[in-house]
Amino acid sequence: MALKSGDQGAMAVLYDRYSSVVYAVALRVLGEAAAAEDVLQEVFLQLWRNPGAFDAARGSLGAWLAVITRNRAIDSLRKRRPETDIEDCVVSVAPDLAGDADRARAAEKVRSVLGAMPGPQRDALQMAYFEGLSHTEIAAKTGEPLGTIKTRIRSGLMVLRKAFQG
Amino acid sequence: MSGHEQFAEDLALYALAALEGEERAALEQHLAGCAACRLELEQLRGDGALLALSAAGPKPPLRARQRLLDALAKEPRTAFPARAQNTRKDGAPLSTDKYSEPRRSWWGILGWAAAVAVLVFATSLWKENAELKREVITWRGQVGQQALELDAAEKFVETITNPEGQHFTLVAGKTPPQPQGKAFYLKSRRSLVFLASNMPALPPQKAYELWLIPVKGNPIPAGLFKPDANGSVTITNPPLPAGTEAKAFAITVENEAGAETPTMPIVMMGAGE
Repeated sequence: MALKSGDQGAMAVLYDRYSSVVYAVALRVLGEAAAAEDVLQEVFLQLWRNPGAFDAARGSLGAWLAVITRNRAIDSLRKRRPETDIEDCVVSVAPDLAGDADRARAAEKVRSVLGAMPGPQRDALQMAYFEGLSHTEIAAKTGEPLGTIKTRIRSGLMVLRKAFQG
Repeated sequence: MSGHEQFAEDLALYALAALEGEERAALEQHLAGCAACRLELEQLRGDGALLALSAAGPKPPLRARQRLLDALAKEPRTAFPARAQNTRKDGAPLSTDKYSEPRRSWWGILGWAAAVAVLVFATSLWKENAELKREVITWRGQVGQQALELDAAEKFVETITNPEGQHFTLVAGKTPPQPQGKAFYLKSRRSLVFLASNMPALPPQKAYELWLIPVKGNPIPAGLFKPDANGSVTITNPPLPAGTEAKAFAITVENEAGAETPTMPIVMMGAGE
């Protein structure tokens, strides 16, 4: 990537392509425009400072940015120091998410899969992913056993994966 | 994931950073020695990325783009040749560098130079687009490659650890066997194999921890281990950050859960050969 050579133009292209995804994820987690904008800045600055952290051979940039953004937004929401180094975050995802249309199709499909899930499973998944709650906190909030929460989260992720396979 | 089912649910929670306490520590210890679970972790993060995509909302405010470009301009990076990439769709300059005004008149005069720069920009865009499209294909190939490597690594480890295997230790006459460790590290693949022999037994609730000493920065944990009854140890492919240049490897004695920084003294250490 030209980014690796310190090319601001390349960064502008990447920003134009991915900023809407990054901002949407940050806003969904934080629920506040100013805080979401801060995370947006931070994520792209990190990519600029350390473009080698993303390994194109090991995943899609769109998916990687979505995961990095979610993690940073959760850290910000919970007012804690970043837990995961971006270099340690390898993301493997099956669908091609490079283009706007690809992402829009995938997003529509994800919403449809989530809509078809049993309510408690969808809630557990979203509490873990978008609210950054631990399984213990989700169990306390819902009054469900820990084991049930664990199973719901994993099987929810498996349902999503399956929907994009084959 | 066969044989790793006991970690399956914890792995999903870990991928979402929703696992805590002892379960998290136990899983991280397992991950240090299990390539299959690390691969599954990458895929679970991918599943999470799909979930992230379900977030929909307004586009970021226009000022955010300018704010980023302003911040980039202040970042210390290698100087880059003048380029037409610094042009937005609406024709305005991307850079907010107030000192860039005279450059604009240069572009007006040297039209041919702008044309060359536009060509460079177009080529850069085309390359990037092709690269993005190749990502998924490359990833699929990577999975196959990793499966082959895993198979080779398992065979390698089995040869060393299978109880039916014959082990031979060669030492100079009348010399008592000394602890010895050998680390094989391939930076480009984040791959590490560590073998040790004649390691002394540990006190209760203690473990050895292997550390990668990078050329720059702090020591990086590279696996917790306890030697078997013969004092032998094998570690394969612990999770390591990408592209880390190793200056040396070292071993300390830590609590069983491991440590973020090495506890002195260093019991063994070796620089690259």
